[in-house]
Amino acid sequence: MTTALSGARIAKQIGKKFPEAVIESGADSLLLKAESLLEVADYLKKTPGLDFAYLNYITAVDYYDYFEVVYQLASIQHNHGLVLKVRCYDRQNPTLPSVVGIWRGADFQEREIYDLLGISFEGHPNLRRIVLWEGFEGYPLRKEFL
Amino acid sequence: MEIEEVYSRQQLDEAEGRQINELIARSQRIIPDPDGWLDEELKRNILVTSVDAVLDWARRTSLWPVFCFPACCAFEFMTTAASRFDISRFGMEIVRASPRQGDLMITAGTLTWKMAPQVKRIYDQMAEPKWVIAMGACAISGGIFRSSYSVVPGYNRIIPIDVYVPGCPPRPEALRYGIRMLHKKISKTSITRGVR
Repeated sequence: MTTALSGARIAKQIGKKFPEAVIESGADSLLLKAESLLEVADYLKKTPGLDFAYLNYITAVDYYDYFEVVYQLASIQHNHGLVLKVRCYDRQNPTLPSVVGIWRGADFQEREIYDLLGISFEGHPNLRRIVLWEGFEGYPLRKEFL
Repeated sequence: MEIEEVYSRQQLDEAEGRQINELIARSQRIIPDPDGWLDEELKRNILVTSVDAVLDWARRTSLWPVFCFPACCAFEFMTTAASRFDISRFGMEIVRASPRQGDLMITAGTLTWKMAPQVKRIYDQMAEPKWVIAMGACAISGGIFRSSYSVVPGYNRIIPIDVYVPGCPPRPEALRYGIRMLHKKISKTSITRGVR
């Protein structure tokens, strides 16, 4: 089975290079600042020993006060995994940086989150609806939808 | 260790030769197939009936289903079509990929509004006369997904339905019963009253 890396250990390692990036570290997850997501993701992918070259999935959660986007990473080389979380407090116009430039697998899943939760991903090459049809009103996965 | 040969090659060839020669000797005369009765039978085979009866019989005994299987009810349809339940008895084992060659749409599965235009187009492309069986809870009313924002609450919102088969999914027996009901419905249509 894939080993979940300790969030605290990775946080310490990242902290040396990006001192402001990590807000909180969990048992197997890291809560990051949105503005430092891209540089940390790039670092996790390219640093020898971490090599998070594979993105299992992206998903997003509506916590009423904020949206949380969750990135599950894996390293095929070392068979270990890590979860990144980023929060977005703006409900009117939620925006986060896109990680398509780092993991191509993020493409469709960012479009799905854009479609169902209305979070825009800056820098996405093709941010269009993917599941619902053009002209659909509202965002079905938001808590206020029903 | 070597296995002892019972027959040598020579002996095997000789046995084969004897067999062939015996068969040739036995096959010098043509086996008769008496067909004198055929003419007589043809004379007795003239049938008087109405156009309606023949047309309805032809239509109901070779219903060709069209592919419209958006979800899991399709598996029950496959079971119905396969050897255990065997709808080829009703002349409908050929499931057509082209709607232009089909008469019957078995709507087996949940339909989303995004998929709905395609189903409507497939229905429109089918040649008249055509029939639709709504198979399963989703096809009848949207089923458990009825209140969803993306699900069509019943195929009868977009196309006319002839027979409703309830179940989630319906057992093959239920679908077969629905098909038999459709047969009965078709046998009641008349060219003077119109097909629909």
